[in-house]
Amino acid sequence: MSLVLNEDQLMLKDSAAGFLAEKSPLSALRKLRDERDETGYSKALWQEMAELGWAGMAIDEAYGGLGFGYTGLGVVLEEMGRKLTASPMLASIVTGATAVALGGGEELKQALLPALAGGAMTMTLAVQETASHKPLQTSTSALRQASAYLLNGRKLLVADVHTADRIVVAARTSGGPGEEHGLTLFLVDADAEGLSAERVFMVDSRNSGRLILDQVRVDDSRILGEVDRGWPLLQKILDIANIGLSAELLGLSLEAFERTLEYLKERRQFGATIGSFQGLQHRAAELYTELELARSIVLAALQAIDRGDERLPVLAAACKAKLCQVSTRVTTEAIQMHGGIGMTDEFEIGFFIKRAKVAQQTFGDYHYQLDRFAAANAY
Amino acid sequence: MSDLETFRAETRRWLEANCPNSMRTPELAGSDVYWGGRKPEYKHPDQKVWAQRMGERGWTAPQWPVEYGGGGLDREQVRGLRQEMSRIGARNPLHSFGISMLGPALLKYGNEAQKREHLPKIVRGEIRWCQGYSEPGAGSDLASLQTRAEDKGDHYLVNGSKIWTSFADRADWIFCLTRTDNSGPKHQGISFLLFDMASPGVSTKPIALISGSSPFCETFFDDVKVPKQNLVGEEGMGWTIAKYLLTHEREMISGFGLAGGGKSLSREAVEVIGTDPAGRLDDTVLRQQLAQLELDAMVFGYTMTRVGDEARAGQGLGAASSIFKYYGTELNKRRKELLMCVRGEHALAWEGEDYQHGKTARDWLRSKGNSIEGGTSEIQLNIIAKRVLGLPGQS
Repeated sequence: MSLVLNEDQLMLKDSAAGFLAEKSPLSALRKLRDERDETGYSKALWQEMAELGWAGMAIDEAYGGLGFGYTGLGVVLEEMGRKLTASPMLASIVTGATAVALGGGEELKQALLPALAGGAMTMTLAVQETASHKPLQTSTSALRQASAYLLNGRKLLVADVHTADRIVVAARTSGGPGEEHGLTLFLVDADAEGLSAERVFMVDSRNSGRLILDQVRVDDSRILGEVDRGWPLLQKILDIANIGLSAELLGLSLEAFERTLEYLKERRQFGATIGSFQGLQHRAAELYTELELARSIVLAALQAIDRGDERLPVLAAACKAKLCQVSTRVTTEAIQMHGGIGMTDEFEIGFFIKRAKVAQQTFGDYHYQLDRFAAANAY
Repeated sequence: MSDLETFRAETRRWLEANCPNSMRTPELAGSDVYWGGRKPEYKHPDQKVWAQRMGERGWTAPQWPVEYGGGGLDREQVRGLRQEMSRIGARNPLHSFGISMLGPALLKYGNEAQKREHLPKIVRGEIRWCQGYSEPGAGSDLASLQTRAEDKGDHYLVNGSKIWTSFADRADWIFCLTRTDNSGPKHQGISFLLFDMASPGVSTKPIALISGSSPFCETFFDDVKVPKQNLVGEEGMGWTIAKYLLTHEREMISGFGLAGGGKSLSREAVEVIGTDPAGRLDDTVLRQQLAQLELDAMVFGYTMTRVGDEARAGQGLGAASSIFKYYGTELNKRRKELLMCVRGEHALAWEGEDYQHGKTARDWLRSKGNSIEGGTSEIQLNIIAKRVLGLPGQS
């Protein structure tokens, strides 16, 4: 497989860019924020995106998807990253549909995947419990009772927590914090008794929040993967989610950089265009180089998902770690190079750093991923 | 069987029959590298045999046209040949600035007589070339070079000096930038000359570096007569040719950023420093720096692959060679710094059999020059800023 986008993927990229430019300019996110929109995204827009096949992009054709693979989905995520498009794409498709496709039995797949691909149903994934992402520290308990499990615990930073119809919850059926064995993934209905979701208005103006599970009953038929052996499944879902987040981070970084470059060519000080100053030129050239590197690892990691590459954990860790770094640097420099206007809420450049920070910390930030990268390389 | 498969099968048979066993081992040191030339130096006679056999088939420059001594192979065949060579661990038969630098420029800008005269000798390793670019007063600002070439009717009279001429003391010929006109802008008035280093008036002096002895020389020209037919392209066209040639040089140097074969740096660190009970390197700060370096090296490797694949697919990336040169050499400097940390006392030695004659320290110091030679990192960033990002020049 060559490390390039093929013709179909290039066409998809163009059409996604065109569609989003019209339907999802950055002002749409500002409006959702200012109106404190109850849903946090436009349901009508999500329906249109589903009709275009975006929700079903990586879902198998047998379950109502396009079977276009994660590389295709990544192309769309990158373009959505550019526009900071608020949508259930990450929670419902990249984590939810992936969890069902990888861990669900035939019956669950039939029941859920076509509805997810069509946009009629949405899902999310609940893992984090402490200040930062540490999935092995999961302490949410799942106690056996008759032919079901009772879930108790509290989850944080759950995307679309108050709008999702189904939630995949990582819980302990045995073992203790730090142990791989004993983790199990449960599929919980949003309206299940004992479950409460609380939206938190986050820095990126998108949907994340807290989930409390108080004696929530889940049947055996709602287990994804195997009891006690959910860790490899969860890791794979998280690897794919982190690569998806990286594609989004790539898109928003490219957009922030290109806007900054335009500004460097327009803004005049000391009687000259500020882009003619070498102090800024070299920094811009370094950002460009870093972005070219970022493009390469994102594409390599997306292709690794589609190929079923056994090195996926290393590539996912490398990809997310690199994109955390690059997006931090680009969005920070974007503000600095814009000067005072970059600090104003009225100007759009500040929106990028906000979304970047949430995307970075979702499912493991730079430190977590670099540690995984080293561990995966045996040091 | 497709044509390509037939070609590969034949190539495999030929290599099996013609590559000496001693040439199927890695080059251990600089002295193991064969450069050809009028007075070839070699440690093992097979080096000469291997270069001759490959040269006769044109496979030292496999993609060059057959009429100039090259292999006449297409891109796929060249790739096939390289893969077959690496399958048996065959060495590069001939290291040559003629092949990597001058050849591509001559093929593009040379006249028919020049191509017929020089290219076959390069392919067969008969003439060893050196590059006369930098001058004491013209480093990053290369276009301000002052070595004069005066028009004397049937010849030019060359006076001046060059610096950083790699292997000038071993080379047979030089491709040299000279000033034929001082009246206009500095980029004009530069001419690209070829001449014999045995010409009267040429002398060289080796330069010792912070890393010890080096292939670099100072080169002096004192009334050197160069026949007019040795001008490449038109008079005053030298800058265009020089820039074309520099892109080839940059790609060569940027390869330094990729990890070589053998043990990875992190593996070596684990062996020297050890791990904690969880299997992590027992130096958490160093571990993070190693991971960062190896992460960046991996991503850089994918970028080299992607840019190559995109070029083949017709999706070009501007100024790719500047990105590679800049990032690859900076990466190599970081790698050598960390290698010094990992090896500790061993790395500090300057001499001694037990210390590989100070190789670690010398390589570390030498790497500092990677981001200077062939256009400094700052020059590469200038190129990216202006040519790719379209940022304006200083007013």
